[in-house]
Amino acid sequence: MTPVIEVRDLVKVYGRGENAVAALRGLSFQVGRGDMLAIMGASGSGKSTLMNILGCLDRPTSGSYLLDGQDVGRMTRSRLAQLRNERIGFVFQSFNLLPRTSALENVELPLIYSDRFRGSVAPRARAALELVGLSDRAHHVPSELSGGQQQRVAVARALVNEPSLLLADEPTGNLDTATSREIMEVLCRLNDGGMTVVLITHERDIAEYARRVIVLRDGQIVEERVGGRSPVTATAGG
Amino acid sequence: MLRTWLLLRVALRAIARNKMRSALTVLGIIIGVGAVIAMVGIGEGASQMVQSQISSLGDNLITIFPGSHMAGGAHSGAGTRSSLTEQDAAAIGAQVPEITAISPVARAGAQVVYGNQNWATSIEGGDPDYFSIRRWQIESGTGFNESAVRGQAKVAVIGKTIADQLFQGVDPVGQTIRIKKIPFQVIGVLEAKGQNSWGRDQDDVVIVPYTTVLKRLTGTTYLGQILASATSMEALPQATEAITQLLRQRHRIPAGQEDDFTVRTQQDISNVMGSTTKVMRGLLAAIASVSLLVGGIGIMNIMLVSVTERTREIGIRMAVGAKGWHVMMQFLAEAVVLACFGGLLGIALGVGAADIVRKTANWPVLIQPEAVAGSFLVAAVIGIFFGFWPARKASRLDPIEALRYE
Ligand SMILES: Nc1ncnc2c1ncn2[C@@H]1O[C@H](COP(=O)(O)OP(=O)(O)O)[C@@H](O)[C@H]1O
Ligand SMILES: [Mg+2]
Repeated sequence: MTPVIEVRDLVKVYGRGENAVAALRGLSFQVGRGDMLAIMGASGSGKSTLMNILGCLDRPTSGSYLLDGQDVGRMTRSRLAQLRNERIGFVFQSFNLLPRTSALENVELPLIYSDRFRGSVAPRARAALELVGLSDRAHHVPSELSGGQQQRVAVARALVNEPSLLLADEPTGNLDTATSREIMEVLCRLNDGGMTVVLITHERDIAEYARRVIVLRDGQIVEERVGGRSPVTATAGG
Repeated sequence: MLRTWLLLRVALRAIARNKMRSALTVLGIIIGVGAVIAMVGIGEGASQMVQSQISSLGDNLITIFPGSHMAGGAHSGAGTRSSLTEQDAAAIGAQVPEITAISPVARAGAQVVYGNQNWATSIEGGDPDYFSIRRWQIESGTGFNESAVRGQAKVAVIGKTIADQLFQGVDPVGQTIRIKKIPFQVIGVLEAKGQNSWGRDQDDVVIVPYTTVLKRLTGTTYLGQILASATSMEALPQATEAITQLLRQRHRIPAGQEDDFTVRTQQDISNVMGSTTKVMRGLLAAIASVSLLVGGIGIMNIMLVSVTERTREIGIRMAVGAKGWHVMMQFLAEAVVLACFGGLLGIALGVGAADIVRKTANWPVLIQPEAVAGSFLVAAVIGIFFGFWPARKASRLDPIEALRYE
C-alpha cells in the first residue's frame, strides 16, 4: 500500500548566496495511511517549512515529495492548488477563517473550488460542522465564536473535501489546555475514522495524542519514537 | 454554471460586506453614467427643439434676399441693396416648376396706433400665399385676397403680441389702426408662434398686402425678400438652382460675376443649426465620458486597495485550493458587479436628473435609449478593464506569503 507521504532527502534553502538559510537539510520519512504523526522541535527548527511543503503550498529546493505516490516536485501552480483542494486539509495555529463570514460559508470554501461536490455544497458543509459538534453555530461569524469553536470550524473546513491528509500547524498554539484537549480529541476521532493526520506541536502532552513522533533540530530529524496511542497496523513507514 | 454562481456569490458577499466603500467606489460610475444619459438627453432635446422651430418657419421654405452672400453664410446688406422686384417673384412663380407658392415681401418699421395706444413694430407686406408659405394660421378673422393686393388695400392681419399690446381684451377684428397716419382695418389675428431660435418675438408683426407697403408706406419698387414654397424638402436644391439661373438671366449678370441676390432654404438653416447642435451634443457627451473614465479609475483604485487589504483572505482561499484564475474571476466579478450596479444607479440618476431639468428648466430633455444602453455597457466594460489589473495582481500572489500577511 502506497504511503500517503513519502519524503526523500528533502532540502529547503531560503534566499541565495550569503543570505541563504537552509531550513531543511535532508529529511526522509514516510507516513502511512491512517497514521497520526506529531512533528516536534524548537522554534526555528524547520517545522513550518516542512509543513508548507507537505501541504503543497511550497516546493522543496531538492529531494522529492510523493503525495499518494505522485511526485509533487514539478507540478504547476494550478495543479498544486488542485492537490491542496482535493487531497489536503489545512488547520492553522491562527485559525485563518474569513472574517465576517459565517461558519457555514467558511466550511463551504474548499467546495467552491472543487468539481467533485457540485450541487451538494451546503449539505456537505453542514455535515462537516456536525462532525466537529458545531451544527448550532452554523450561522455565526468567527468573531461570535470562542477560540476553540473557531478552530473546530477550521477543522470542519479541512475535512469537508474528504482529503487523504489532514495537516495541522500548531493547531492548539492559541488555545488553553482544556480547549486544546477538545481539539486533539476531534483530531483523534478523525484519525480513528481513517484520516491520516500530521500535526506540529512543541508541547509534549499534545504530541502524546499521536501514534508517532519525530523531532526536528536545525532542519534534521534527531529523534523518532512512538506516541501515546497505539500504532496503526497498516503503517508502512517508520 | 453552478461554479460561476458560487464565484459570483463570493463577489456579491464581498460587496455587501463593505457597503459604504462599495458605494463610494461606484460613485464615479454613477455620476458618469448619469451624466452621459442626462447630457445626451439635454443635447438631443435641444436639437429637436431647434429642428421643430426651423420647420415651423415655413413649408419647404425658400427665402431670396437681395445682395450677394458672403463667407460664413452672412449676406452683405440684405434689404439695402435693391435688386429684387415683383416681376422677379412673378417670373419665379411662373417658370420654376418646383415652386408651389410664392410671395413678394416688403418691409417697413413703423408705429402702430390704436386709440391712445401705440406700439413700434415691423410691418411686413406679403401676398395671400404668405400665410401658407410660413405655415401661419389665422386665429380669428380672415387673411387678404388677390384683389386686396391689386388694390393696395388698407387691411391688416396682426400678430398676437400686437393684439395683446394694443387691444387689451377688445376684439381687434373690425377695428381701425393707424400706420403712418393711414387708417388700416384689422381683418385677422394670427395664431401665436412664440420666439424663434434667435430669441426674436415672431408675433410682434403686422402683415398687410405688399403692394400697400411699397406704394403707401415706403414708396419704393424693390422687395425686401421673396418667400417661396417648394414641392418637397428633396426639391429644394433643384428649386434653388432653377431660381438662381432665372434671376441671373433676368438681372443680366455675366458669367463669372457674383449673384446680386442670395437664395437660402430651410434645409441650409437646418444644416447649420444641426451641425451646431451636433457639436454641442458631442461636447456634452465628451464631458460625460470623461467622468465615466474617472469613475473607472476610481474602481481600479479601490480594487487595488481591496486586494492589498484582503491579501490574507486570498492566501486562505489559495490554501484551500483556489487556483489563480478563481481568484482572478472573483475580483473581476467584483469589479464588474460594482460597475454594473453603478451603471444601474447611474441610469436612475440620469433619468431623474433629466426629469428635473425638464420640469424646472422647461427644457425638452429626450432620454436616448442608445445612451442608456451604451453608457451601461461602457460601465461594464470599464469594470472589466479597470478590474483586470487588480484581479491579476491578486491571482499572482504567493499563497504562503499571502497567508503570512498581516
Ligand atoms: N520565508 C522565509 N525566508 C527566509 N527564511 C525563512 C523563511 N521562512 C522561514 N525561514 C527560516 O527558516 C528556518 C525555519 O523556519 P520555520 O520553518 O518557520 O521554523 P519553525 O516553524 O520550526 O519555527 C528559520 O531559521 C527561519 O528563520
Ligand atoms: Mg512555525
